[in-house]
Amino acid sequence: MSVEHRFGRYGGQYVPETLMPALQELEAAWVATSADPAYHEELDRLLRDYCGRPTPLYHAERLSEHVGRTVLLKREDLNHTGSHKMNNALGQALLARRMGKTRIIAETGAGSHGVATATACALLGLECVVFMGTEDMRRQRPNVLRMELLGARVQPVDAGARTLKEATSEAIRDWVTNVETTYYVIGSVVGPAPYPSMVRDLQRRIGDEARAEILERFGRLPSRVVACVGGGSNAMGAFAAFLDDPEVELIGVEAGGEGLASMRHGAPLTVGGPAGVLHGAMSAIMQSEDGQILEAHSISAGLDYPGTGPQHAHLRDTGRARYEAVTDVQALEAFRTLARLEGIIPALESSHAVAWVLEQPRGGDELDLICLSGRGDKDLAEALERLGIA
Amino acid sequence: MTGLEHIAAAFAGRDKRAALMPYLMGGFPDVETSAAIGDACIDAGADLLELGIPFSDPLADGPVIQAAGTAALRAGATTDAVLGVCERLAARAPVVLMTYVNIVLARGIERFAGQAAAVGAAGLIVPDVPLEESAELRAACDAAGLALVPLVAPTTPDERLRRIGAGARGFVYTVSVTGTTGERRALDPGPLLQRVKAATDVPVALGFGISTPQQAAEAAAAGADGVIVGSRLVRAAAEADRPAAEVGRLVGELAAGLA
Repeated sequence: MSVEHRFGRYGGQYVPETLMPALQELEAAWVATSADPAYHEELDRLLRDYCGRPTPLYHAERLSEHVGRTVLLKREDLNHTGSHKMNNALGQALLARRMGKTRIIAETGAGSHGVATATACALLGLECVVFMGTEDMRRQRPNVLRMELLGARVQPVDAGARTLKEATSEAIRDWVTNVETTYYVIGSVVGPAPYPSMVRDLQRRIGDEARAEILERFGRLPSRVVACVGGGSNAMGAFAAFLDDPEVELIGVEAGGEGLASMRHGAPLTVGGPAGVLHGAMSAIMQSEDGQILEAHSISAGLDYPGTGPQHAHLRDTGRARYEAVTDVQALEAFRTLARLEGIIPALESSHAVAWVLEQPRGGDELDLICLSGRGDKDLAEALERLGIA
Repeated sequence: MTGLEHIAAAFAGRDKRAALMPYLMGGFPDVETSAAIGDACIDAGADLLELGIPFSDPLADGPVIQAAGTAALRAGATTDAVLGVCERLAARAPVVLMTYVNIVLARGIERFAGQAAAVGAAGLIVPDVPLEESAELRAACDAAGLALVPLVAPTTPDERLRRIGAGARGFVYTVSVTGTTGERRALDPGPLLQRVKAATDVPVALGFGISTPQQAAEAAAAGADGVIVGSRLVRAAAEADRPAAEVGRLVGELAAGLA
């Protein structure tokens, strides 16, 4: 097995020399581990018995009626800890333990990846430090408390916009400093190789489960697979299973924030512009003419990121996937609509994917699959305030 | 003279046990003062200068240089403005630019290398371009007569050191500690310096963590051909009422420590 370093011209390993031997060690360990049936046996068992996988594929009938076509929800919100992030965190934490690393670090935006990593570390008895921007700590207070209850230390990051970008930079600096004892669990399909392909492989069970179940229950493939994209791990995990099914459209939904024209958004794939390097990989990024990374904006902390996974940039360029943006206001409306129509409160991140489906013209026999990447409990305070309910 | 020759001459012609290379952040605290700081460094005995072009997300830098970069950008520093500072200083001492790869890519690799050479820069350090990603950048620097200076770290194994050392231009920047830039109390660079010197024919400079004349002297005694001091001087530029005078005073002390 080999690990992709490049997706077209995107990806690579743009990191300080101090980390290069660690990345090579990680890649070798991942190649060996992912070929070891015992690893998959343990991971599969935990994902089944501990996390409750496979997650349900739910035919959302009232939503379907509302949009005039069949809509299926892949219920990652019902995964343990409330999001798809657990699939990756558990897979990497098991890898870290096999590598003999005792200290785990992670970055988090919305807190979902931080909670998932803290949970996996509690389960496996590993020390855990989660870097989180202070603005995100404010927006996602319940997840901060959750991580602390799970025994993790939440390290506040007070630089820049105090969100996911700064948290990721600080986690990488910690790794540079403590690389010999520390394993860095990246939460998305971003960062230097081998992370983008490793995280995709750990998340692809989202797509694999959904594809098999749709074929079995509906006797066909979906017309469209729709998922939100910040770094893009739930989307990449969902898309991966359908890449070789050309009849299936792949739609990545980015954060349109206050609108693309406002410049306050998190939609580097949709907007286009020259590629650049952020956090170790070349990809679509939001940058100034001089190459300074711009601050992203989204109501959802998990999509509030000026970069994205390199494979997404490649899928965009090749036309295999399409990327569009949904604004804060549209996402909030979808958040409320799904709650009222289906009794499901989605994460604000996932609400972007729901909003995209709500915006499409009423159709006939299309079958839309939405990756409902997480639940919205963490977002209640923020969303209710914005909706004028609180 | 090409950049490589400028750098070689500075190392060979030094009047100290190790060449002294202060780091300054271009545009910090403002463009004019950063140029004055560079002048003060040269007046106080610097053999070469490392001039930072600020980047919004400097992964290899600790808090002091990060904060200086952020402040420089807030004060309006641009790549062009820092290239202007380079042009002013390069007439007096070899200037090695230090920045992150996205700054180079935004301008285009060949165009950046050409412009850097045109303003008299002798070399370029890009800490997030490791050996594996360096081919295109090195080719462009070679074509422009600019030395692409590689970094090595305590975590770099010997076989890899040899490959990096073989492709090095100007000098090898040896990162003294496993970590980001910033002042450290105790350093033990001897074993690492010996490994690096065995792996390359170009001079070996030590940086990251060096802040005092005593540490600079120890680095020279341990075999460093050059000593790079950054965070201590940037901190002085941030804290002093008269930044150029204070940085010059500290560089004078460092130079005396290497005499």
